[in-house]
Amino acid sequence: MKRGVSSKTAQILCGAGFTLSKLKKASVEDLVEAGITSANAKSILKKIGTPIETSEEKVSQKIIDSKEGVSQKIIDSRLGELHLPPSIIDALQHDLKTIKLTETQLDEILKMTVDAYEKAKVEPCEAVGTVAAQSIGEPGTQMTMRTFHYAGVAEISITLGLPRLIEILDARKVPSTPMMTIRLKDEIKGDRDAVRKLAWEIEATSLLDLGDLSIDLAEMQIIIELNEKTLSQRSITSKDIAQRTRDKIDVDVRLDGLKLIIHPEQPSYRELLQLVEKLRSTALKGIEGIKRIVIRKEDEEYVLYTEGSALRKILHCDGIDPTRVKTNNINEIADVLGIEAARNSVISEAMDTLREQGLEVDVRHIMLAADMMTCGGELKQIGRHGIAGEKASVLSRAAFEVTVNHLLDAAIHGEVDELSGVTENVIVGQPIRLGTGDVELVYRGG
Amino acid sequence: MKEFSVLNHNMVPEHILLTEDEVKALLEKYHVTTGQLPKIKTSDPVCKEINANAGDVVKIIRDSLIAGKALSYRLVIEG
Repeated sequence: MKRGVSSKTAQILCGAGFTLSKLKKASVEDLVEAGITSANAKSILKKIGTPIETSEEKVSQKIIDSKEGVSQKIIDSRLGELHLPPSIIDALQHDLKTIKLTETQLDEILKMTVDAYEKAKVEPCEAVGTVAAQSIGEPGTQMTMRTFHYAGVAEISITLGLPRLIEILDARKVPSTPMMTIRLKDEIKGDRDAVRKLAWEIEATSLLDLGDLSIDLAEMQIIIELNEKTLSQRSITSKDIAQRTRDKIDVDVRLDGLKLIIHPEQPSYRELLQLVEKLRSTALKGIEGIKRIVIRKEDEEYVLYTEGSALRKILHCDGIDPTRVKTNNINEIADVLGIEAARNSVISEAMDTLREQGLEVDVRHIMLAADMMTCGGELKQIGRHGIAGEKASVLSRAAFEVTVNHLLDAAIHGEVDELSGVTENVIVGQPIRLGTGDVELVYRGG
Repeated sequence: MKEFSVLNHNMVPEHILLTEDEVKALLEKYHVTTGQLPKIKTSDPVCKEINANAGDVVKIIRDSLIAGKALSYRLVIEG
């Protein structure tokens, strides 16, 4: 049994019940288990003639297997147990895949992540509204007062900067410069000619866009000389135009070659001027409200930018991609796509306006404002006619705007102020119920 | 002219009508009454699409810029 093995090792092997035949089959780990150092075990096996290399490879392979197998399964189940937002879970899952860890390391990482998340959460009794107001208000002081700016899209002017931000938060019925971004179906979005044709199709075309107008005062008539090139461009014939003009405005129209001669009902100067105005504003073709279209190429696809907005009609047009149509008229979005879409629109419009001015405001503040504006199911402005005007407290409303009116109305109706909010408590000189002021703790010294 | 469901628009998040049991569980979880939830009107285009009636609660799965996905709830009101 000796064969050059030290007597001590031999004793251990015998104690563990190894016979020569058993020893031949045994691997390094088996011997290590029996209480022999791995270096010793290797030398024993070498003497017996067991091929050590393979068993060594097996060992290292096993360690890798056990590491990866255990981790991946455990990572997934551990992540499932955590109460973290999906974006953090995704980031963890992605990053944990690239490194090898033991279970304790994994636990450590997850614990630190959860701790950091809990720390980042807003604290109870924090005045989030005030912080949001300040966070939007301070950058507002740095914004330019200039209204017009040619942002990227040549030719179409858009209200930007402070006026636009005010417009968004005031939930104006119609923005001062309504604008749409129309993206197109895959079939035609790369074809310039097809896109241009579609643009002519959508753009509102009045009679005055198609020819030159002159007023013949002697005969009391309007003469429009149609432009042949424009007609073929917009694929419309002079006959069509005459017919459509008759249908839409109900006047006497005579066609003489490429000349349209229009008579007002009564031959008066006033009547004549009114008719010109009517011709100017009536769309013979296209969608009313879309005053102009600019086509721009944006990474391999053509995009239509329109001056004027008509979301409901555009959504049902052929050739456009209805899922990606955008407008800057938030009230229109609320009407056509619903209150949740309007909320998204408030957030993205406000963020874009701030970002364009080079100001970084945390999106959470804007989200809070958007949530307040939409929580009643309809778009409400932040101001006297919206959120601020609906506060329960008289003093709080009076402190905001039109003080006397509110106090007078409250006196007439005999309103009661519960003094539950912040502003009213500041007015009467009580501690406000915010932060530490909202916690009732009694310290018992002893 | 063709039909287009507003639910397919990029800006409209997913709206799901909750069953009565789900509403009960929700109110219990957050210790609120239905009146304390944000509102959505029956005239809202999305409400019409999913046939929501006044008194129902809809669950909204928003794409959040911060959290990835965020859940929100709205009470359907007459309007």
